[in-house]
Amino acid sequence: MPSDAAAHAVHAHHFEDAAQQRHAVTLGMWTFLVTEILFFGGLFLAYSIYRWSFPAAFAAASHHLDIVLGTVNTAVLICSSLTMAMAVHSAQMGGRKSLIAYLVLTIILGTAFLGIKAVEYAHKFEEHLVPGATFRLPPEPKGAGHVVDHDQAVAAGVPSMEYPEPEELARHAQIYFSLYFAMTGMHALHMVIGLGLLGWLVLGARRGRFAPGLDAPVEIVGLYWHFVDIVWIFLFPLLYLIGRHK
Amino acid sequence: MSERRPGTNYLNVSYGIRSWLFTVDHKRIALLYLGSVTLMFLLGTVFAGLVRLELLTPAGDLFSADSYNKIFTMHGIVMVFFFLIPGIPAVLGNFLIPMMVGARDLAFPRLNLLSWYLYTIGALFTLFNIVIGGVDTGWTFYTPYSSAWTTTNIVPVALGIFITGFSSILTGLNFIVTIHTMRAPGLTWFRLPLFVWAHYAMSIVVILGTPVIAITIVLLALERVFKLGFFDPALGGDPVLFQHFFWFYSHPAVYIMILPAMGVISEIIACFSRKRVFGYSFVAASSLAIALLGFLVWGHHMFVSGQSVFAGLVFSVLSFMVAIPSAVKVFNWTATLYKGSISFDTPMLYVFGFLGLFTIGGLTGLMLACLGIDVHVHDTYFIVAHFHYIMVGGTVMAYLGGLHFWWPKITGRMYPEWWGRLSALIVFVGFNLTFLPQFIVGYLGMPRRYHAYPDEFQVFNVMSSAGASILGVGYLIPLFYFAWSMRYGKKAPDNPFQATGLEWTTPSPPPTENFPVTPVVTEEAYAYEKMPIPAGGARAV
Repeated sequence: MPSDAAAHAVHAHHFEDAAQQRHAVTLGMWTFLVTEILFFGGLFLAYSIYRWSFPAAFAAASHHLDIVLGTVNTAVLICSSLTMAMAVHSAQMGGRKSLIAYLVLTIILGTAFLGIKAVEYAHKFEEHLVPGATFRLPPEPKGAGHVVDHDQAVAAGVPSMEYPEPEELARHAQIYFSLYFAMTGMHALHMVIGLGLLGWLVLGARRGRFAPGLDAPVEIVGLYWHFVDIVWIFLFPLLYLIGRHK
Repeated sequence: MSERRPGTNYLNVSYGIRSWLFTVDHKRIALLYLGSVTLMFLLGTVFAGLVRLELLTPAGDLFSADSYNKIFTMHGIVMVFFFLIPGIPAVLGNFLIPMMVGARDLAFPRLNLLSWYLYTIGALFTLFNIVIGGVDTGWTFYTPYSSAWTTTNIVPVALGIFITGFSSILTGLNFIVTIHTMRAPGLTWFRLPLFVWAHYAMSIVVILGTPVIAITIVLLALERVFKLGFFDPALGGDPVLFQHFFWFYSHPAVYIMILPAMGVISEIIACFSRKRVFGYSFVAASSLAIALLGFLVWGHHMFVSGQSVFAGLVFSVLSFMVAIPSAVKVFNWTATLYKGSISFDTPMLYVFGFLGLFTIGGLTGLMLACLGIDVHVHDTYFIVAHFHYIMVGGTVMAYLGGLHFWWPKITGRMYPEWWGRLSALIVFVGFNLTFLPQFIVGYLGMPRRYHAYPDEFQVFNVMSSAGASILGVGYLIPLFYFAWSMRYGKKAPDNPFQATGLEWTTPSPPPTENFPVTPVVTEEAYAYEKMPIPAGGARAV
């Protein structure tokens, strides 16, 4: 326990002691993360509603995401969460060199994630899968064995929601890609902010700012980084996996 | 602390514009907010005046329909997002909460300053939009009109509101952490003043609601700029989803406005009837109940939007339930007054104004929660009158009452009591003359947001416009005497009203660190039986 060290640590003038400051800082970050959950919650709600309304279009559109790149990126991000946890541990133990090493490693993994994301975005632009005037959904998505001709389906009495006409399918697939760009874009923005915070921690660590009992900044940035990871852990199955049958 | 000279307080501890713009003292930040919020209030009032001027005659003769749309839109946006929502928390809450919990500052002083800057930047975006032509969607920004059709400046205003939203999130976060972690020794949760409880409940609403309006605004902007489809039916989206998102925040926003107001009322009513607040724990818990129930009623704004009848019924029932904790408060305040030694000083006059107006607003709210009545009066002036009674009659009365009550603490000067009472009276009369006729004209069928109307509605509109000018005078008088009192008012003692509460135990105005020594609390709030009764209240000073 860092309580002994905390008693000697420097705290801001308006706190009674370092323990109170630490309590306040941690509670503040958790409260902030609640707001973040609600912020992403709006996106998740919109996704749920449209996926429920247009199941066929969402299934068809999800086949156009690159599952290999998505999986690699998930692994990269989980590794970055591990290195971040190790960084927090190093800060608590007072290992300055290992703290810097783990922070830098986290930055590298985070940057790799954004790089892969950028490659995926570029593919979407090339394939005209960006919503707008040039959007077009390839008629026969590879691996989508379940797509049935609309007229046959209507004749068989199947609801048109499940087998829409091609134009309708494309229109609803645009919503899928709108949500894809909004959700992954918002997530990427949070990653960029996180990388900035990590860079700030590296500068602080090089000046020896973080000692046992004074590691609250590392800890709360760690909380933030884990939160951003968790958001991706929800985004990945929702966008890449659900609706994929082969 | 030790180097503090006697007579030094937070106002004179340092001078110059830099010492204010870079301050991290919550009391100075509260005054920065007081300045900005007052400016925005004046701006919103000017737009309201223009609306009432146009509606003086049945013909749309003063403005074109387009200009009129922009004027009432700006009135709504400025008043809701830049005055009513930040008003009491940012000014009175900022100033008082650290003192009421016996702390030296809020938990995150620099974040507090940042939130003022965000507020100011957000306000500038909105003002910039007025200069370049305005917005005509109404403050609700309903899609797809706002995302696909209107040619006005949705994006700058949306950005302004988005940024201001962060300001309010940071304030709420600061309050929650401060109340949790920085209470003075002995200050248990059930010894906290009800003002603190009310702000705690409000902060929860802010934390849970504001991010949702933020993401809604982001989606709206993405749809407008990049043609991503979320709400536009032409792109496959659903405009009703926008309304769900919008009201998920904007209905609880009413409680962001009214909960702090209720906190102010509890403080003043105990002081000026010299009694404990009746049913303290019920009043405290009702704040939390309002915060919780407030999130379950947004669908009552959408009875005619095409949502299912079942959803309409559920939202109707839930809306009735919000009346319960609100009524708990009003009845407990009434019970507090019972056999109290009531003095009719200015803050108390505003409290009585609040009780009357909030009750009328609440009872008409019950009418609106009934599906059938709501369908009849939907989008009429009945609605306009109802929400003005709640939001303006409730929040503004409490804001003015609170400003008078704590003015001696904030500035170290007394306000002129006679003028205070006069303005409270004028505000009350002006308010009722403005908005009571709107209930009638709305029930008769006059729709909101039109700049022309049938002749038979004119008499009510003339009454309303006349009332608005009286109300305007009532608002202007305090502006002048508050400014006057800062220089010429009588010096205020530490506790001019003999009120309980930690903020009254420190000098007026307080020193930068609030208390010379960290206070220790040994008893419950509102122990008025131990306080001497001031002869004649504020007049005696």
